[in-house]
Amino acid sequence: MSERLRGVVLAHADLATALVEAARAIAGDETGLAPVSNAGCDRAGLAHRLEAAVRGGPALVFTDLAGGSCTNVAATVARGRADLRVVTGVNLAMLLEFAFHRDEALDAAAERAAAAGRAAVREVSR
Amino acid sequence: MSVVLFRIDDRLIHGQVVVGWGQATQAVFIVLVDDEVRVSDWEQELYRMGVPPSVDVEFASLAEAIEKVPAWEADARKGIVLTGDIETMAALCAGAPSVRTVNVGGVHFRAGRTERLRYVYLTDEEAARLRRLAASGVEVTAQDVPTVSPVPLDAFA
Repeated sequence: MSERLRGVVLAHADLATALVEAARAIAGDETGLAPVSNAGCDRAGLAHRLEAAVRGGPALVFTDLAGGSCTNVAATVARGRADLRVVTGVNLAMLLEFAFHRDEALDAAAERAAAAGRAAVREVSR
Repeated sequence: MSVVLFRIDDRLIHGQVVVGWGQATQAVFIVLVDDEVRVSDWEQELYRMGVPPSVDVEFASLAEAIEKVPAWEADARKGIVLTGDIETMAALCAGAPSVRTVNVGGVHFRAGRTERLRYVYLTDEEAARLRRLAASGVEVTAQDVPTVSPVPLDAFA
């Protein structure tokens, strides 16, 4: 079996840490997820943090907000790298789907995560 | 004048600018003054991605921006002009003296900088550059989002 995928959650303030903690609470300690915050750093500093977290890849990067600095930096770092994919709009459902399917190829994992995240957003009242 | 904000923000076009300032000021165009992004099609595409289709995004080099400030200020629509660093904004102000106010919106940590505000880190040289800009007659304040009060220059540089 090939190397299991790793995931990096890159988000504003303490959101990434909280999401990774929540994912561990549900999926156990082997989620393959690491948190990175954008707190206090500029684009170059954030790119360094992300590169350190993804190490050699392959890795899926989850960001919180399309058009936000985390997503912009992640897209910049991932550009031209076959071992990184970026999915934005991260939510807990997306992370759990990833945590339980880390043996997939990177492209398939990115599609799976995005689909799970989209499917998780719906109104449940009424 | 219809440039409602001249802003220094090292995260360039991002949520704070688009959602925060864009909605509060009702800006319908955003100009990013950055020589690197000006010549990079894929970076322009990236920064457009975060902006709603109702808002025009323009990319300018510093030299182009100096030429175009009068046209932007004469535009009937409201707009925001951004630079990614202090030096570019100072050069823009020097080349376009009609710029009277500058917002320091985000200058984040880097080696050699010390924390002045939660979202403003400066080297001593950068602080001095902002003070020189103010001495030239430009009002310089810090404010990350429109829902808080601006911080006067004396409090952070």
